[in-house]
Order: sequence, then structure tokens, then C-alpha cells
Amino acid sequence: MNDRFDFDGRDVPFTAGQSVGAALFAAGVTAWRTTRRGGRPRGLFCGIGVCFDCLVTVDGRPNQRACLVPARARLRVRSQKGTGRAELSV
Amino acid sequence: MPSSRYDVVVVGGGPAGLAAAATAARAGCRVATLDAATEPGGQYWRHPPGRADAVADLHHDLGTYRRLVAAVRSGVDHLPDHHVWTVARHGEGFDVRAVAHGRETVVPGSAVILAPGAYDRQVPFPGWDLPGVLTAGGAQALLKGHQVRAGHRVAVGGTGPFLLSVAAGLATRGVEVAGVFEANSLLGWARGVPAVARTPGRLAEGARYAGTLAWHRIGLHARHAIVAARGDDRVRAVTVARLDSGWHVVRGSKRTVACDAVAVGWGFVPQIELALSLGCATRVDTDGSLVAVVDENQAGTVPGVYLAGEVCGVGGAALALTEGEICGRAAAAWLGYAVDRIDDRLIRRRRAHRAFARAMHRAHPVPDGWRTWLDPTTVVCRCEEVTVAEVIEAVDRLGATDARTVKLLSRAGMGWCQGRMCGHAIGCLSSVATGLPADPRQLAERPVATPVPLGVLAADDGDPRVGA
Repeated sequence: MNDRFDFDGRDVPFTAGQSVGAALFAAGVTAWRTTRRGGRPRGLFCGIGVCFDCLVTVDGRPNQRACLVPARARLRVRSQKGTGRAELSV
Repeated sequence: MPSSRYDVVVVGGGPAGLAAAATAARAGCRVATLDAATEPGGQYWRHPPGRADAVADLHHDLGTYRRLVAAVRSGVDHLPDHHVWTVARHGEGFDVRAVAHGRETVVPGSAVILAPGAYDRQVPFPGWDLPGVLTAGGAQALLKGHQVRAGHRVAVGGTGPFLLSVAAGLATRGVEVAGVFEANSLLGWARGVPAVARTPGRLAEGARYAGTLAWHRIGLHARHAIVAARGDDRVRAVTVARLDSGWHVVRGSKRTVACDAVAVGWGFVPQIELALSLGCATRVDTDGSLVAVVDENQAGTVPGVYLAGEVCGVGGAALALTEGEICGRAAAAWLGYAVDRIDDRLIRRRRAHRAFARAMHRAHPVPDGWRTWLDPTTVVCRCEEVTVAEVIEAVDRLGATDARTVKLLSRAGMGWCQGRMCGHAIGCLSSVATGLPADPRQLAERPVATPVPLGVLAADDGDPRVGA
């Protein structure tokens, strides 16, 4: 374990080449977003980028597939509610 | 702006794509490969970037992988992290359009080889949307690609030999596997004995997995399935039940198995949308999957389009490698390059592996009895959170007569994954509710194969063309 990224204010360690989703899972975090309709927790499901369950906000950009985003030091990862675009609600 | 187009553009960097690219390049073609992944290998040869050795014990035939990657790196323009969203005819050739790092790249080719692979087929069950429930392929990708174990105690379920591979891999890495719950009877292989005998490598592979399971004292429970997952913020246990041949639960057979993760897979679904967009003809394969129609050269029904691997019929890596080699050579020949006479061994190998695949599909069907495991509140479309009750309501109360109308009325299949996870289930539930047979094409067409930001599409058509 060398580097860390920031997830909701806590440090999450990762090894080189791991995805954000894999690193979160390894750290015991199994959910990082809630669904739009039922507010249900979601994390990884298909692990290969086709199910879009693992959406997370990275450096301010919502709806990134955590299983595809390479973990990098000093990344700012945030869990998201729904679409992660609450600032656009009317 | 004129650009020099490639001879062959390959979509996909797994076994089929690598074999096709290497073979076409060896024949003298100018080849480009677009791969959505960062590292070549597809799902089959997934490994931590630059460290295949770290997971060598979980892999087969890394020698072939290294040889192909060396050939591709030296003879092919390899474009990783390129997500192809469409392939369109352009003049005499094709434009392969991909999103890479937030921008669109267009790669022109005279011929195109599609080797996009497949993903796990899913069957919904109560609680399948709990965190910690993963697809079998997802658990495998976590392990092989990121060296992360899906949990401490994992229940593996579904149908198909892939479950053995997943369970064995997890066990080898110290995970307690709570059991492998294979929904079908293993006697389904009895009819397939002749086909298995022609592919002794597959038999040896199966025996190795069975040995690993036995060594770790992991129970393989045939005719059993995970029919529900229970938990609060994550899965804490599953309900396992014995099934009859139609996959209905045998009364009184339910029991609880504690676990903190689940890996489920029910066969594979080929990524057919690019072939459909191009207008290639498709057919329904032995496992019910929509696959591309190809001739003995792996040519699709659109001139200049070749296809290899799972997209022609789910059949595993050895078949994919063989088909890739055949179509790499065929594409080169079509373009006018001199090629050697095709090796009969390739033809025989393809025939043998296709026969094995058919036997495998017949031994692991997916009858629709899983419908009876569901509650009205079970989520069927995960993205849009559409429940069983809402899907049935679309038929019974709102008058839908097919899966497409069910989608339009209920939103099932309209979410981010565009019906990849729920397509099989929606087709099945719609068919049962309407009494009409399912048409697998209905939920398989995706004109936009991967999300493309509007800004990327709207960007001024300086139309960056690779290959000039």
C-alpha cells in the first residue's frame, strides 16, 4: 500500500493500477452512491464498466464509473446522491 | 481533410481482438486496435497493469498472451482507453468512432474486425441490488485485475462452468467460499461427452477447478440456487434453495447461508450493438444469445466487416483466439494481401470448440422458473429501479405487447446501462405476461454503444483522424 486518495474526507489506500472502486471495496466501503428513486445504496456490481451502478463523483465530476477510474494520489472522491447534480435541481 | 485510412481497424483487445490484429499485421496490413481497457487482454487475461506475473497462478496460457501482446505492440497501432460508440460506413470503408479521455477520436479503416466480447447475463432475485452482490465476472475482475477479494465469505451462484473458475480463484486467494450453487443438474453434460472428448483441454481445466474446490472443501451444490440476498447496508446472508428442472423452488428446501459477498453469473451476453448498428445479420445461438452471423471466414453479412469471439457465439478464449486468427487472415486476403493457405488445424479447432460450446450451453440452460423467486417489489431494472410489479403492470394494465413497449411505458431498460443488466429479464417477463415469444433484438439495439458527452458530439468537426 503506497498512495492514498480522499474519499468523503477519509484516506483510502490503493496499490498502483487499482481502480477507485476496487480500492474502496478493499477498504471495506461497499456503497458510495444512493439511487434516485429509492435512495438505496449502490457500489460495485459488474466490475467491468457495463452496469453503471458504481457511479461516484471524482474531482467534482459526478457519475464516473468507479470501476474504471484509476486510483491516483490526491484524487478527491465523493459519494453522491442520485445523479450527483443536486446543484441543478429546481 | 483527407487521411490515410488503416487497412484493418480492430475493436476489442481480448483474445479474439489480439489474435486478429496480430494475424492481420503479420500478413502485411496496417492495423489499428481500439480497446476500452487500459491494458490488453480483455476480461479473460485481466491483470494488474504491468504485473501479469502477480496473478499468473489465476491464469491460463499467459505465454500466448505475452506473444500476442508483443506482436501487437510492435506491429499494430494500439489505442487503449478508447470506448467505441459506433462504427459507421464511410465511403468505401468504415469510421470507427470512439470516446477517449473526453474527446472523440475517429479511426478510418478499409475493413473492420469486431471483437467486443461479452458480459455476465443477469437474473434478478430479491436483494440482488444490495451492496456486496456482484456479478461472477465482477468478482473475477476484482481479483485478477485489482487483486482485491470480493469479501471474506463469498457465496457463488448461477449456472455455467465459469462459476468454478471464480470460486477456485477466490479460494486460491484465501477467500472462504460458502458454496458454489449451480442451478442446473451436472447430468446435462452427459449428452455432451463426445464434444468434451474432442476438447480435452477443457476437460482438464474443469478437473483442475474441481480439484481446487475439493482441496478447499468447497461444496458444489448442483440444482441449487441463491434465490434471495438479505442484509441491511450490505448483503449479510443469502437464501439458498433446491430447484426442480424448471428452476422452481422445491418446497421446504430453503436455507440461510451467511456471507458478506455474493458472486452470481448465468452465462454471458455478447456485446452485439456495434454489429447491429452496421446492419450485420444476427441469429439466436444455443444459449439464447443474439450473436452475429458469420461465414467460414468469420465475415459478417456486411462486406468488409469481420467478427470474432463471443460476439459470434459465447464459447470461451480458445475459440476466440482461433476465430481471431481466421478473420485476421481473411481480412488481409480480402484487402488483396498475399496470405498462406489456411491451416486446417484452425478450422478443426474452431469446429471442436464450437461443439464444446454447444454442449456447454445445453448443459446450462436458463429456464424462466426464476420468475417465481421474485416478489412484486423486487427491482428488475437496476438503473431505473423498476420493479417486477411495474413491468407486469405495463402489460396487464397499460397494454404493452412486447419488451420494447414495456420499456417505453415502465422505463425498464432506459437507464445508464441501456438494458444490458435487465434485458434478459425484461424480455422474459414481458413474454410470459403477454404470452408472446420474446424477440432478443428488441432490447439489443443501442445506437450509442457507450456514453458520449453532448459536448464531444457537438464539438467542431475538426474530426481528428488517427492514421494520417
